[in-house]
Amino acid sequence: MDFNTLKKRASKTDPDLPKYKLAILGDCATQHIATALRGTADLHGFTLDIFDSDYNQIFEQIIDDQSELYQFSPQSILLILCAEKLEASFMCLPERERVSFADNTIKTIQQYWSVISAKTSASVLQFNFAYYNDGVTGSFTLREPASFAYQLQKLNYLLSEAAVKHKNVLLVDVNGIQSLYGRNVFRDSKLYYLAKMPFSLEALPIIAQRTVDVLEALRGHEKKCVVLDLDNTLWGGAIGDDGIEGIQVGELGTGHAFTDFQLWLRELKKRGILLAVCSKNNEDTAREPFEKHPDMVLRMDDFAMFIANWEDKASNIIRIQQTLNIGMDSMVFLDDNPFEREQVRSAIREISVPDLPEDPALYLDILQSLNLFETVSYSSADNQRTEQYQQEAQRAVMKATYSSYDEYLESLDMHAVSAPFDKFYFPRIAQLTQRSNQFNLRTVRYTEGQIQEIADDTTHITRYYSLRDKIGDYGLIGVVILDKLPDNNLFISELLMSCRVLKRGMEEFIINNIIKMAEENGSSRVFAEYIETPKNGMVAEFYQRMGFAKVGTKFYADISTFKTCKTSIKEENYDHK
Amino acid sequence: MTINDVYLALDEVFQDEFDDKSIHVTETTTANDIEDWDSLEHINLVVAVEKRFNMKFTMGEVAGMKNVGEMVSIIMKRM
Repeated sequence: MDFNTLKKRASKTDPDLPKYKLAILGDCATQHIATALRGTADLHGFTLDIFDSDYNQIFEQIIDDQSELYQFSPQSILLILCAEKLEASFMCLPERERVSFADNTIKTIQQYWSVISAKTSASVLQFNFAYYNDGVTGSFTLREPASFAYQLQKLNYLLSEAAVKHKNVLLVDVNGIQSLYGRNVFRDSKLYYLAKMPFSLEALPIIAQRTVDVLEALRGHEKKCVVLDLDNTLWGGAIGDDGIEGIQVGELGTGHAFTDFQLWLRELKKRGILLAVCSKNNEDTAREPFEKHPDMVLRMDDFAMFIANWEDKASNIIRIQQTLNIGMDSMVFLDDNPFEREQVRSAIREISVPDLPEDPALYLDILQSLNLFETVSYSSADNQRTEQYQQEAQRAVMKATYSSYDEYLESLDMHAVSAPFDKFYFPRIAQLTQRSNQFNLRTVRYTEGQIQEIADDTTHITRYYSLRDKIGDYGLIGVVILDKLPDNNLFISELLMSCRVLKRGMEEFIINNIIKMAEENGSSRVFAEYIETPKNGMVAEFYQRMGFAKVGTKFYADISTFKTCKTSIKEENYDHK
Repeated sequence: MTINDVYLALDEVFQDEFDDKSIHVTETTTANDIEDWDSLEHINLVVAVEKRFNMKFTMGEVAGMKNVGEMVSIIMKRM
């Protein structure tokens, strides 16, 4: 994608697309990056409404409550500080102050972040710095604290360290882009001197893509599952022809590349991406390497689903998607065979099917440069996700042995916890608001910092819900935010639930719990709202089903006459883990 | 490539940049003749011309170019 194509897309935006409001503040020329961002967002199916602040007005815009920045009320604010500007101020410093340049600069940047988060709930996207060596002392600069390159590297590290503490801040790895493509591609000095542009036109589409990746994750569009082919994708050769001794993995032939590829996939799994297999093989043959080959990294228990048969792959992928109950647009399909990729692409429009290069040595290079797995949250529960889907398969087997669904639910012996937002769970709560699309009544997304603010604000009542049964622990699966209205009544401003616990009686449990809290609050009514999105049709009738009355587009329940919903889930006392 | 070929190729670059098929540039064409040709577009145009002719303008050339004729003579010089 070149800049000119993005420019054309940016100028013809579709009014029907969803909007996202972004403000850009920079100490360099930002008009071109704004154009590239608009064009890239359009390719992703949303419209970026951008407030592009005047050149070098960061402080003025941030400090003034009445500034154009705050009047625009952006959802995110992009901060672009360039290394060139830093260098100019660095060179004005006396020698003794140069050693604390990074420490002082990070203080200023953190002040920007703090002021922004005190004045607005917008998230901050901060570009890190493109590293370069000024050549004044050569490589010696790396061990000389009073040199610019030393301070610049330190500053990038301090940015990461500071962002850990500022929950509203997300970094965009612009330095990573430069190291991948090279400084000669990344930068065009002529453009910097003539127009104060720190990026070349060639780099802009890549930088815009990385930035939009973060915005997409903030909008709730993250990848959740990778579907994998086997032969020549996970190992060299075909298991059906070459047999278990013949396939290349580990030290045999080109096996090292496949081993590294598997190690990378296992890292994805550990951070919560589900892995599934979809292979044209006999099932026994396909399973054999995972069960018996000593050099295989991935094993059967790394997969949430394993399908090996001779049906077409698109049908199998649809089966995987339906069983895992996740959006098709959150799935990635990896297959070395261009024919299979094309079949899947043409049958399933929403799925991502990157073109794997012919040479398996390049699989990781391509996949890592595509940056498919951007995320805006990480919670410690993520590494249990595969196990939870496997437990779900056990439940499906159990279900078949009961004659009625109610009997099955009783047999699960389910217990739920209902507790106010707790800082231990802020990351997971924020993540659920970002990832849940189907069982989500209003689809309001929150960052970790915003969740913290709501937890501390006494005008809200907050609850998270976790559920366990005799097969396993579902973890934290539901989130409710209630706004206290001036007349003592409540409004359900957030209600969402992970689809993994659909039809277990959890939705009934949550509603009963909300009514109980309303009673304790002295409310006579609870108000609610359903905001339609392309994905949450399943809850369009939810409030009526739970016994709420409908008035126009809103719903309400009267506490005194409300009939408790039937559920077999028992409440257990809050147990801080 | 003759000077005529250069003008023909430039027509294509300008038409693509400004999304206007009616543009034909001559020696005397300047930014005043093309509505969208502002300082931002000037940057895009310079990079597009560099790419088309596989050459680079110097900073001074970009800053000093008065009309398309001057652009063409720089291009011819580099070929």
